[in-house]
Amino acid sequence: MRARWWGVLLALASGQALAFNAVSEKWRWLTFIAFAAVILLTMFVTWIASRKVRTAADFYTAGGGISALQNGWAIAGDYLSAASFLGIAGLISLYGYDGFMYSVGWLVAYITVLLVIAEPCRNIGKFTLADILAYRNDPRITRIVGALSVITVCTFYLTAQMVGGGVLVKTLIGIDYEVSVITVGVLMLGYVLFGGMLATTYVQIIKAVLLVAASLVLVVFVWAPYGFSLPAFLSGVVGDPKVQAQVAALLGAGGAGMTPAELGQRFLEPGLYLRAPVDQISLGMALVFGTAGLPHILMRFFTVPSAKAARQSVIWAMAIIGGFYILTLFLGMGAAIHVGADKIRAVDAGGNMAAPLLAQFLGGGPDSLLGNFMLAFVAAVAFATIVAVVAGLVLASASAIAHDLYVGVIKEGKVSPEDQVAAARLSTVVVGALAIVIGIAAKGQNVAHLVALAFAVSASANFPCVLLTLYWRRCNTGGIVAGMVVGTLSAVIVVLVSPNMNYPKAARAKAQVLVEGAAAKKADIQRRLTDDDAIVAGSAGRELVQFNRSMEKARKDLAAYGRDGTSVVGLEEPLVNLRNPGLVSIPLGFLAVIIGSLLYRDPRAEALWSEVYVRQNTGILANGPLPNPEEDFSEDVKNV
Amino acid sequence: MSERAHLNWEAINADPRFRRLHRRKTAVLAGLMGFSILYYFLLPFGAAYFQSLFSLRIWGPVNLGLVFALSEFLVAWGVAWYYARRASLEFDVLARVLLQEAERLGGRP
Repeated sequence: MRARWWGVLLALASGQALAFNAVSEKWRWLTFIAFAAVILLTMFVTWIASRKVRTAADFYTAGGGISALQNGWAIAGDYLSAASFLGIAGLISLYGYDGFMYSVGWLVAYITVLLVIAEPCRNIGKFTLADILAYRNDPRITRIVGALSVITVCTFYLTAQMVGGGVLVKTLIGIDYEVSVITVGVLMLGYVLFGGMLATTYVQIIKAVLLVAASLVLVVFVWAPYGFSLPAFLSGVVGDPKVQAQVAALLGAGGAGMTPAELGQRFLEPGLYLRAPVDQISLGMALVFGTAGLPHILMRFFTVPSAKAARQSVIWAMAIIGGFYILTLFLGMGAAIHVGADKIRAVDAGGNMAAPLLAQFLGGGPDSLLGNFMLAFVAAVAFATIVAVVAGLVLASASAIAHDLYVGVIKEGKVSPEDQVAAARLSTVVVGALAIVIGIAAKGQNVAHLVALAFAVSASANFPCVLLTLYWRRCNTGGIVAGMVVGTLSAVIVVLVSPNMNYPKAARAKAQVLVEGAAAKKADIQRRLTDDDAIVAGSAGRELVQFNRSMEKARKDLAAYGRDGTSVVGLEEPLVNLRNPGLVSIPLGFLAVIIGSLLYRDPRAEALWSEVYVRQNTGILANGPLPNPEEDFSEDVKNV
Repeated sequence: MSERAHLNWEAINADPRFRRLHRRKTAVLAGLMGFSILYYFLLPFGAAYFQSLFSLRIWGPVNLGLVFALSEFLVAWGVAWYYARRASLEFDVLARVLLQEAERLGGRP
């Protein structure tokens, strides 16, 4: 086993020709040391875990032996994907307040998980989301739709992670995209295949601890010069010329006539990134309801010994995740003043490199040993992040295939324990191999909207079904099937006709207008550049920056798109002006479960209602046989 | 799963103590859920429609919008803390009693 890992490492180290990347040749060895340390550590825990995996319960849920604190860290590790670590810090560094506001929904989402999902799922579930659906509904049908929905959500999420991970590793250490994707995939397969849920949990804990530690160190470096005072730090942000220039560039002509101080202050106010309120509310809905339906998060609650431990693990996770997002405020703002928006955008237009570049700066810059060591460390943490999230996703989809479809539907439960583990491992290999293939096939595609789509499908299909089967007496098989189908389809269809897709004709027309008006606009800006009034000339200068940016994009669009191109589904322009489908698809999903349940008659679902409701609330039979009823608790209950 | 058939779940469901657990828990869950969702959506809503209010500076460069965004964290943690407290002081106790008495209440057929 070891030999093969080293082979991959050597392949990595052989150093291909590369385009731009964050680390110069001279310091590449530092990055490899940091990566090797992370890989060795995670392989070591996988080796320990692999000796404990014997049954299907070990493989899927680590035998239910994870403690609340461990699970809290693992949930954080499962959830804080590269998108939230690098993405949100990047958004804050480029757009200030809006980036920070975006991070809030990711924490609030856990209120839903805590209140209505974690404990009931622990009490009546076994390995998968479909276990919960199959309890009182037709097991065969609900296992099929449940597993398909899990696979759909995981595929969207997984594709985004694989592509994002490939690009990230490529940018950070300059190896080929394909090699990056294969490395991420093979490592993740190693963890899941040999160590099952236990190794996946350990890897997620290690990654979360590293992530929080790295962020804390950076924040101390950023904040200490201001005496750990929030107003003093933000005054530094507001007064920074790079921040002021970025705001001016974002506002374009709208920022004309503002003083530098006003421009800086504008960075702390809403509206620089999220311009359409309806998009924000839609995205907020997808986050707040979608997290509770994410299969890889839900699965984590089967790994703890009791409902109480499930609850405590969400509390831990909320403390860690919330604390982390508050740190990103300082990471993002720190990157904005120390690195500057222009440099961040030069490495990655989406701002994803803000945190790594900040680390490099704080250590002493691109030419220093410490600077490059810190960059290498943050890069290794980002790498661990991707691998840990991907491992959780693969385990969730493998369990849907092996436990729900193979054992539950095809074999109707008649599978020996050994064969169950074998089926789990086999589907892990298949899913992992597919993830690598999809990751390579999707090279160069814009996959950012796939994460939003994963949350939207989860919020529109999984969440209404799980919630209503747990809390609504009338819910039944008809509702589950309708909810899963309508929720998933509506989310996907709305995205397909949304502005997220490419609309060559519309983009071309817009670019054409820009190019045609370019000469006049440029002349106007240049006339004002020579104005005697310094304020007029200054704002014209910033306008010129913005103008050049949009011209560059327009030329790119003109070159890329043909004259009569349409989007994937043959549209010339978007049908709905909604970037996230949640606002439409979540109510549709709920409605479908309700109408489907009312129209369908299912005596089994009704007969089992009391059982489901009592069990999810009391934990009766959740942990083996009933306790001895001799002890008298009637005094306790009077005090409540 | 093999054990599930032998208990009379209807009887436990009808037990006054389970009814009390159900009533209290439903009230707490619905209340906290509604409050959290409302408070969360005030943020994007306010940022979109009350920009001048959000831009109001109250502590150096710190404006109301930033304070409100930070308060979202405190409120989320507060809700979690409150629920965990109610759950461990009340719901867990009632659930444990019902678990202890499941055999007697549910009876064997």
